[in-house]
Amino acid sequence: MKTVFTRTPTLKDCPTHYCPGCGHGIAHRLVAEAIDELGIRGRTIGIAPVGCAVLAYDYLDVDMVEVAHGRAPAVATGMKRTNPDKIIFSYQGDGDLAAIGTGEIIHAAHRGERITVIFINNAVFGMTGGQMAPTTLVGQVTMTTPLGRDVEYQGYPLQVSELLALLPGAIYIERCALHRPALIRDAKRAVKHAFELQVNGAKGLSLVELLSPCPTAWRMTPAQAIEWMENEMIKVFPLVRLKG
Amino acid sequence: MCGNEALAESAIIAGCDAYFGYPITPQNEITAYMSKRMPEEGRVFLQSESELAAINMVFGASATGKRAMTTSSSPGISLMQEGISYLAGAELPAVVVNVMRGGPGLGNIAPSQGDYFQATRGGGHGDYRTIVLGPSSVQELVDCMPLAFDLADQYRMTVVVLADGILGQMMEPIVFDKKPRRKLPAKNWALTGADGREQNIVRSLWLKEGAVEQHNYDLQAKYKEVEKNEVLCEQYEVDDAEIVVVAYGVAARIVRSTVERARQDGIKVGWIRPITLWPFPTEQISRAAEDLKIFLTVEMSCGQMVEDVKLAVAGKAPVLFYGRPGGGVPTVEQIFEKIKDLTIPAKQKG
Repeated sequence: MKTVFTRTPTLKDCPTHYCPGCGHGIAHRLVAEAIDELGIRGRTIGIAPVGCAVLAYDYLDVDMVEVAHGRAPAVATGMKRTNPDKIIFSYQGDGDLAAIGTGEIIHAAHRGERITVIFINNAVFGMTGGQMAPTTLVGQVTMTTPLGRDVEYQGYPLQVSELLALLPGAIYIERCALHRPALIRDAKRAVKHAFELQVNGAKGLSLVELLSPCPTAWRMTPAQAIEWMENEMIKVFPLVRLKG
Repeated sequence: MCGNEALAESAIIAGCDAYFGYPITPQNEITAYMSKRMPEEGRVFLQSESELAAINMVFGASATGKRAMTTSSSPGISLMQEGISYLAGAELPAVVVNVMRGGPGLGNIAPSQGDYFQATRGGGHGDYRTIVLGPSSVQELVDCMPLAFDLADQYRMTVVVLADGILGQMMEPIVFDKKPRRKLPAKNWALTGADGREQNIVRSLWLKEGAVEQHNYDLQAKYKEVEKNEVLCEQYEVDDAEIVVVAYGVAARIVRSTVERARQDGIKVGWIRPITLWPFPTEQISRAAEDLKIFLTVEMSCGQMVEDVKLAVAGKAPVLFYGRPGGGVPTVEQIFEKIKDLTIPAKQKG
């Protein structure tokens, strides 16, 4: 019998702590596959965020550090500047990157840091129970928007990738999604490309935004979550290659 | 060469691989000096977008095993406290220089010692310690940079060099010591890419039942080692003194001049100068308290280190305080008057 698919070595063989229907497991696999296909495990350092994916090092078999909420791009800067031969990536959620860490990601991109950022957008603060994030959709009910997000009160969803694409230091920005197999294949291409740019010494920051389901915080079943992403989320966060 | 530039050059000689900083007075000479010298040495200088970013850049460089430092002044150090707590939790070495200015808030840009509590108690969250050095001359500022990097690496801790606006701006003749120093443990924990080995993880999160409690006990055991091995202090004419003045940093220099003058007048006064503010020279002060009458603590604050002096004296002798906050610098005359007051018996005062 011919093996057509197997777990990539950098993804550890262990039980997951993520909820049923969560997108982190898929995103982790894409990162691990990119690392293995590029043969860079031995010189890659990953940065885990604050959020559910703080335990990313339990699944990704590379050197990893866990840092304060939002500060990953600054930590990545310190690593890459002192270790230009290493491959540095941060893995950050939308609470981490789009709220408390807005300053750090904008300035890392602005300086053209040669790092790779995997940005998980699930439109809420997941680990803390599903509060409004800057990325929360208009009308979306969360723990802290019980009547739905009201633009007059809480403003509009923040499209960080579009903002970052304006900066000369950001060389590759693409938004993908993890709710359908075809989209996952496309996301894999994007994640690998973002790493490949760094491997090739490209002069700037690469970022892939991955729209990711969070059925638990959305108070949905996994199937409903996928439908909601297809019908609502990608309208606000279109799946486009914004730059590079 | 002013104190700020001298400490920067000393850090370079001590093998600082990376410097990250953000402008703030009165320490801007450091960032300017590093921006020129670090690239000359093929090392990293980067002006960060904030002090939050600067301390996290230090965190990143340090996690890969590099010697990294940042410098700032009081308001900027407040912003770095989050990062210092994470450095403590993750047991990463780092050197942070605080060229103190007047506070609270924006305060002013005059020299101060108002950040003693923040430095010695740990201004961030959690049960942690930082080693704190309080140099009192430009030469000592220079000497404490290699010591700071060595202590940071040996104990995997943040070392705070607590200077002030006077030391930073002052010019004095100095000698750079290039001798090899401590033998330090290898950084097997560093993140260098898991090439041919299992992954390394640098973390401060421990979710398993009892794991953070154990982590804290381990940290405390390490801090006990530091307290046992690393106390530095200077004493002068304490043996026959009736009054002992305790002061650190620039305040100690003024105290030194005052004590010399008081001795000329026949007043039996000596001084103790803590060089490490944490670990504090508790034993040395406690010993002096066995047969002494009066302690006077002099600070450029409303009284912070005086609490540690009181803890060391433990009620065995009176501990008095004289200080000037918010950029006020005590003069020799002011301290001398205070000493004379203490030597005149109550009945003579009427």
